[in-house]
Amino acid sequence: MASWQTNPVLRVDHITMRFGGLIAIDDLSFTVGRNDITALIGPNGAGKTTVFNCLTGFYKPTEGMIVMRHEDGKEFILERMDDFRISQFAKVARTFQNIRLFAGMTVLENLVVAQHNTLMKASGYTVAGILGAAGYRRAEREAIEKSKYWLDKINLTDRADDPAGDLPYGAQRRLEIARAMCTEPKLLCLDEPAAGLNPRESDDLNKLLLSIRKDQGIGILLIEHDMKVVMEISDHVVVLDYGQKIADGTPAQVKTDPAVIRAYLGVDEEEAPPIAEKLVTEAIVRAEHESQPPGKQGER
Amino acid sequence: MEYFLEQLINGITLGSIYGLIAIGYTMVYGIIGMINFAHGDIFMVGAFISLIAILAIGLTASASFALLLLALILVLAIAMILAAAYNWTVERVAYRPLRGSFRLAPLISAIGMSIVLQEFVRIAQGGRPKPMQPLISGGIELMHTTTERGDFVVRLSTMQIVIIVSTLALMALFTALITRTSLGRAQRSCEQDMKMASLLGIDVNRTISITFIMGATLAAVAGLMFFLRYGVIDFYIGFLAGVKAFTAAVLGGIGSIPGAMLGGMVIGLIEVFWSAYFSVEYKDVAAFAMLAVVLIFLPQGLLGKPEVEKV
Repeated sequence: MASWQTNPVLRVDHITMRFGGLIAIDDLSFTVGRNDITALIGPNGAGKTTVFNCLTGFYKPTEGMIVMRHEDGKEFILERMDDFRISQFAKVARTFQNIRLFAGMTVLENLVVAQHNTLMKASGYTVAGILGAAGYRRAEREAIEKSKYWLDKINLTDRADDPAGDLPYGAQRRLEIARAMCTEPKLLCLDEPAAGLNPRESDDLNKLLLSIRKDQGIGILLIEHDMKVVMEISDHVVVLDYGQKIADGTPAQVKTDPAVIRAYLGVDEEEAPPIAEKLVTEAIVRAEHESQPPGKQGER
Repeated sequence: MEYFLEQLINGITLGSIYGLIAIGYTMVYGIIGMINFAHGDIFMVGAFISLIAILAIGLTASASFALLLLALILVLAIAMILAAAYNWTVERVAYRPLRGSFRLAPLISAIGMSIVLQEFVRIAQGGRPKPMQPLISGGIELMHTTTERGDFVVRLSTMQIVIIVSTLALMALFTALITRTSLGRAQRSCEQDMKMASLLGIDVNRTISITFIMGATLAAVAGLMFFLRYGVIDFYIGFLAGVKAFTAAVLGGIGSIPGAMLGGMVIGLIEVFWSAYFSVEYKDVAAFAMLAVVLIFLPQGLLGKPEVEKV
């Protein structure tokens, strides 16, 4: 049995999300392995971001249950928790499709603010902090040490005191991931982390994600359109279409699944106008262009 | 020259009081982008609580200076705690349920809360002005000139020293709180992106409540100072002081704490100097005209940061 079936960190259990008459997610179940990189893929509008919004408390699913399970056996039912508690206690962190750094704060502050709860406790809810208690100063030093560790990992140590909004795009993406990691999550949810990155930045991102999985031993769930990233780094792929799960397995299994090919190419392959099919195919394999010879496209 | 110096001291004193109230406006605006119109009335409530506390303790000017100071610190603590409770309640019942509603909703609610507080105090405490003998007397003589018309003495009263010193101290404390502590960082992150802050585990509602509490404590300090300095309060003082402080906050650049302080000083000085050299009747006109002029040439206010454009 695969790792995500035996000891999952996250269990999404028959969730349905309705907005009025629109069913965005329809009876979806999947699991995320404790130390796996899981990719959530699917055509535009398949409901991937809605799944993320349910996980992080933006939406409450109409039906079903989402359970986070820590190594020590503690379980958290996410749809019953406020969004800040999901981060604080259930230990789920997320990033967005569009960058949402605190642009006016420095790079370092962005990382320290993610450790707010630890610091708040150490500072005796600010009272001891104002008085400059030793415990608070030590906690703050530790928070800065941890931030420096992540800055080093994402190669931004020399820009620690610049406003986060001044960083180039690729660096902002890495900083977002580092900030999410500073909350010490057990599950890191990334919404299209590779969007808008050039091939070199995209490679750096892959390395960063692989090293996070290796060093921190946490689960990573990512939405990604870039198939190159998906196939290279993920251990487990879940494919959505129209809010339903159409495939679930290793990258190799999913790649050859007829349902997946149908979802990406259109329902009736024969009837679809050839020009549309060509456009869709191109969109999927665009990322593979650099690494694979064009002839390989035919295989899919 | 003596006259100028005296007016300068008066202006700084008045400006300190405006500045303290303005910080409350600017902090709340910074974090949730609304003008808390009831803030001026929290200042008024703070002044009334101070009055009640002073009478309850039975404080008179005959007490020794040390005792007086100790008692006033106690009065201040009571006023701060109760004013904070008022402002917390106002936020909890009138603003939080409207968060996420259209922008104007909490604003209208704030105007309503302002009227509620005014009327509550008017009914509970009566509409007549409440005078009080000056508690703190004495001061330092700065300048003494004798002319044929008589002596002209420039004095810096103990009360003025107390007001200016405590304003500067509070200003330093709050700046440190915002820039140095984790609470301040949480507040600044909520200012920029509330949703993201809550995803990082920050309790946004609690952070906003704390902001209201902090604003109210400063308003209570201003209330006590105002009462001790001018010796008379009524249920309506919150309105004009609130509008002036709001003007100060906008003038200094809304969202900026040093800006609020500077704006308060500017408004206080203009008001005092206009009354001194031109006409008392038009002092408010002068203050608001200054606001218009500054906003034409510096739309973000004196110390405000231009909006960060998202690319």
